[in-house]
Amino acid sequence: MHLAQLNVAHLRAPIDAPELATFVELLEPINDLADAAPGFVWRLKESEEDPTATVVHDYGDHLLVNFSVWDSIENLWNFAYRSAHLGVLRRRREWFLRVAEPYSVMWWVPEGTIPTLAEAMARLGHLKAEGPSPAAFTFQEPYDSNEAANLPAAAEVRK
Amino acid sequence: MSDDDLDALALLHDPVRRSLYEAVAGSGGEVGRAEAAEAAGVSRTLAGHHLDRLVEAGLLESGFRRPERGGPGSGRPAKVYRRAAGERSVSLPPREYGVLASVLAAVVDALGAEEEAERAARAAGERLGRGHRGEPVEAVLRARGYEPYAARGRLRLRNCPFHALSREQPLLVCSMNLALCQGLLAGLGDVPERAVLDPLVGECCVSLTSKTNED
Repeated sequence: MHLAQLNVAHLRAPIDAPELATFVELLEPINDLADAAPGFVWRLKESEEDPTATVVHDYGDHLLVNFSVWDSIENLWNFAYRSAHLGVLRRRREWFLRVAEPYSVMWWVPEGTIPTLAEAMARLGHLKAEGPSPAAFTFQEPYDSNEAANLPAAAEVRK
Repeated sequence: MSDDDLDALALLHDPVRRSLYEAVAGSGGEVGRAEAAEAAGVSRTLAGHHLDRLVEAGLLESGFRRPERGGPGSGRPAKVYRRAAGERSVSLPPREYGVLASVLAAVVDALGAEEEAERAARAAGERLGRGHRGEPVEAVLRARGYEPYAARGRLRLRNCPFHALSREQPLLVCSMNLALCQGLLAGLGDVPERAVLDPLVGECCVSLTSKTNED
């Protein structure tokens, strides 16, 4: 099984505003770091040519989405918190508003499956509504892939 | 505290086992039987026996490393040992600070009080540092479980003393740890900015830049 993860961030200003310029500058190096990280499988890209193009979606212009698939929770954790990505995360308040609700969700997918953003947003909604479960969880309360495999979780959140 | 924990830790009372464990743990990776035997000053056979006891107790893990030179005549894969990932702790009377720390970290997160937490961590570091004035920072960090070692012109920290909590709340715990280390340096009368964020897989998120390279 592979691990899918969605992060959403609430932008302080439009992505092309001067306040976000330092963040936009970091997109290419940090995405390159992710792409080369051990265990990286896939991430949702708006453009193959423009590394600064953020994902365009229907969930509100203020919302920045980051959606990727990894081969293990360990490798995702190592990229997020044991690489130069950690320093960028520490600066998040410069660019994003704090939200008092879950902004990140993960779940297990069969290898070779690329989940859709709609499913990811539904999983985040599921986490907000029901709390963590094998269908939608976080680093605070992780589930391993065996626990997820026996649950019809994907069908459930699509309802 | 479980009986298993106590039994495992009691194994380290033996000085040979203790030095073998330290040789493996201090390497930061995998160590072969010969290397560990040499470090502990005992025969390979005796080292192998004790290393396997440490594996049985769950303090070490073993695996096999293929010889670097492949093909016929290159020999069998060598048995290697590394420190086990699990934590062991013994407290008498029993104490459970980890649970409370986890709850408090969740509260800080819920309140968005990271900056206050970092200020408190820095102040705690300063208090710790003041109690050790005049001592080398490396010794103070070692005594706090950071397992410092020199690499690439820096003092790196092999062990994260807050590992379990950092799995749950990495951003908060790493930020507090950085603040704590900076406070510790300030308390020691050293330069706080020597402690920088320098995350490395399997190690602490902080390292210390060298004193002479402050620019």
